[in-house]
Amino acid sequence: MIGQLTKAERQYALLILLGLALIGLIFGIAGKDDPLGVHGALVGVAALAGIFKVISIYYDPEPGDERLTRYYDDPTKFGIILAMIWAVFGLFIGDWVAWLLVKPDFTFDAGWASFGRLRPVHTTSVIFGFGGNALIATSYYVLQRTSRARLPDQLTPWFVLLGYNLFCVLAVTGYMMGITQSKEYAEPEWYADLWLEIVWVTYLVLYLRTLARRKEPHIYVANWYYMAFILVVAILHTVNNLAVPVSFGSAKSYSLFAGVQDAMTEWWYGHNAVAFFLTAGFLGMMYYFLPVRAGRPIYSYRLSIISFWGITFFYMWAGSHHLHYTALPQWVQTLGMTFSLMLLIPSWASAANALLTLNGAWDKVRDDATLRFMMVAAVFYGITTFEGSFLAIRSVNSLSHYTDWTVGHVHAGALGWVAMITFGSIYAIVPWLWKRERMYSPRLVEVHFWLALAGTVVYVFAMWNSGIIQGLMWRTYNESGTLAYSFVDSLIAMRPYYIARAIGGLLFLLGGIVGAYNVWMTIKTESERLPESAVDAPEPALGGSAVLQPGE
Amino acid sequence: MSIFGLHYRLERKAIGLTLGIILVASIGGLVEIAPLFTIHQTVEDAPDMRVYTPLELAGRNIYIREGCYACHSQMIRTLRDEVERYGPYSLAVESKYDHPMLWGSKRTGPDLARIGGKYSDEWHVAHLNNPRDVLSVSVMPAYSWLLKTALRTDDLSAHLRAQRVVGVPYTDDMIANAGKDAYGQAAPDSPFADGVTQRYGKATTVRAFDGKPGELTEMDAIVAYLQVLGRLTEAAHKSVADVVR
Repeated sequence: MIGQLTKAERQYALLILLGLALIGLIFGIAGKDDPLGVHGALVGVAALAGIFKVISIYYDPEPGDERLTRYYDDPTKFGIILAMIWAVFGLFIGDWVAWLLVKPDFTFDAGWASFGRLRPVHTTSVIFGFGGNALIATSYYVLQRTSRARLPDQLTPWFVLLGYNLFCVLAVTGYMMGITQSKEYAEPEWYADLWLEIVWVTYLVLYLRTLARRKEPHIYVANWYYMAFILVVAILHTVNNLAVPVSFGSAKSYSLFAGVQDAMTEWWYGHNAVAFFLTAGFLGMMYYFLPVRAGRPIYSYRLSIISFWGITFFYMWAGSHHLHYTALPQWVQTLGMTFSLMLLIPSWASAANALLTLNGAWDKVRDDATLRFMMVAAVFYGITTFEGSFLAIRSVNSLSHYTDWTVGHVHAGALGWVAMITFGSIYAIVPWLWKRERMYSPRLVEVHFWLALAGTVVYVFAMWNSGIIQGLMWRTYNESGTLAYSFVDSLIAMRPYYIARAIGGLLFLLGGIVGAYNVWMTIKTESERLPESAVDAPEPALGGSAVLQPGE
Repeated sequence: MSIFGLHYRLERKAIGLTLGIILVASIGGLVEIAPLFTIHQTVEDAPDMRVYTPLELAGRNIYIREGCYACHSQMIRTLRDEVERYGPYSLAVESKYDHPMLWGSKRTGPDLARIGGKYSDEWHVAHLNNPRDVLSVSVMPAYSWLLKTALRTDDLSAHLRAQRVVGVPYTDDMIANAGKDAYGQAAPDSPFADGVTQRYGKATTVRAFDGKPGELTEMDAIVAYLQVLGRLTEAAHKSVADVVR
């Protein structure tokens, strides 16, 4: 995998890994009385493993300059495999915690296995593990093709990909040990946040360096979204994670902000993690893979521009709709609601642009489950953004907030939009990357599609029902003017929906496992290897038929 | 030139596009967040507001560690049914020493903003040890190890010091005695008990929260924290006119 590293890059890699091993050692010693020490050791072991790997190829022949005539796809391949592993792991933990709400004693009497600690393991694994790896891997692929430029070197993409996964592993193992900032979707502690900061800035620089080498005069729309994803996540991550550690040897830190300011910062971050991680990044994916797979150009260039800048501007105002009727000043709540409503315009412009792109290719949607994944993703994107704007209305929010409706809404987006567009893109990219004519089993893609769709629908309907029932029970008054139901009454009413939700999640997990098996078999089955084609090289001199890229 | 024409040129410049994204994305946050630090009315005045004792802070950190915030909010909204169910709606000042805030986003269990004093220590201990012992239909995990785990106190001074850096007014005296105060608050007959009320006020609860005086466990800390929720200030119980001047 890392055979394309030049001699100098192998030396740099060893240097970086030695530095990392040293950092691990320092944290291991400084935090020997603290869970931080375990993470120090983990970093050290990871760095040592890396050192052994680099040494094992150190004396292999150097790659020739011939490599520069091809795109560099090794990190993309590895990233796709990592994404599938995280998907199965994250979905499994998600379904496990869903069953914990049905059978709360399934915790082996151990802290690490309780709902509170496993819930962030689920969210981090699926959002950052699965989603993040898929985004990084596809962004490398798309960036090179739409720029007609190879990544500037071989080491940086590996540093970003593996460094990012180290962050994810630190996060997930930390929660199980009780290391958390308690900020939703930003739970990792200060040292992991600092590490991600380094990795992320490197990612941005890598992106800009590649763009600087591009042979296409225009930057394709997919790259606008990937850039917005990288840039804004950097801003959000930096501001929301400002904190003061208890000591150098302690994993614990206290956030710089408190109370209402902290709440606003957290939901400014939280909502825009949805916007720029779970929306912008995956729109980047959609703008490349959907038109290529459908064989149709993007329906409207102008709609792309309107939706891109609309999303970039409006979303950043919307976070305060998470804090309706709270101690946050009402003027901020009102701004949040207003911008959330306006957000529907660019959101639906994107969804419409995707669906209209399919005009003339609907027969392919019918026959090709991969393209159908992408089509359904666009539909769920439309549904979820409508629901999001709706839930941001103060009076609606008074009913829905704190209930399972929010959970249902998030999963309509996460399962229906994010996971579907990702699986669709993965099914498209895997045969391209590994030079196969098609996936190992198109029938299994079909099976995965229906499992995923059924799982999503069951999950979302269960949560819609439970959420609305919950919200209504909490505010129902009896004839004498007092509250009709105790909290426990509402809890009892949730049970059938919690079971249904766990079954929906199980279907989705099974789909993920089928997908991982299919990807693995496609890679393993050596037969029918295709020759290189024009999409593998910046200069279309390779032979084979020229393939038009969406940038043209 | 139309905006699309302008864009046609902008999208040829990577740095231009980068700066454009940063500019457009920064506005919302600046307008909504920055004034919260400068407009005085954002956080009410409450002269009686006190800081968490070291034991309560340790309990709060256990609450965070176990992810309790994933299922319990600490923010009563300004809605009639919430006020009748949970108590007076939450004020911003009540979480002004909360680094980070624990307002939460989901009520799989009930709101806890005013749980303090609502149930006895014994109820909390039994409930945390195994929720289904006191409520058969509960879906909350059991936290039986809290009673068996000794509370770590040797680093509490460092915790208070870090809290002071982020703006919580702990005195040098409080920082120096953090470990002793944590022990003293759960050991009413010990020589360390007086220091707690002396430093944190007469109203501070000094009790063997887990029912085992002389043995400081994580259960002591979490119960002490739960019992002080909503009771750091009386501001929420006063009329609005008294609070906002």
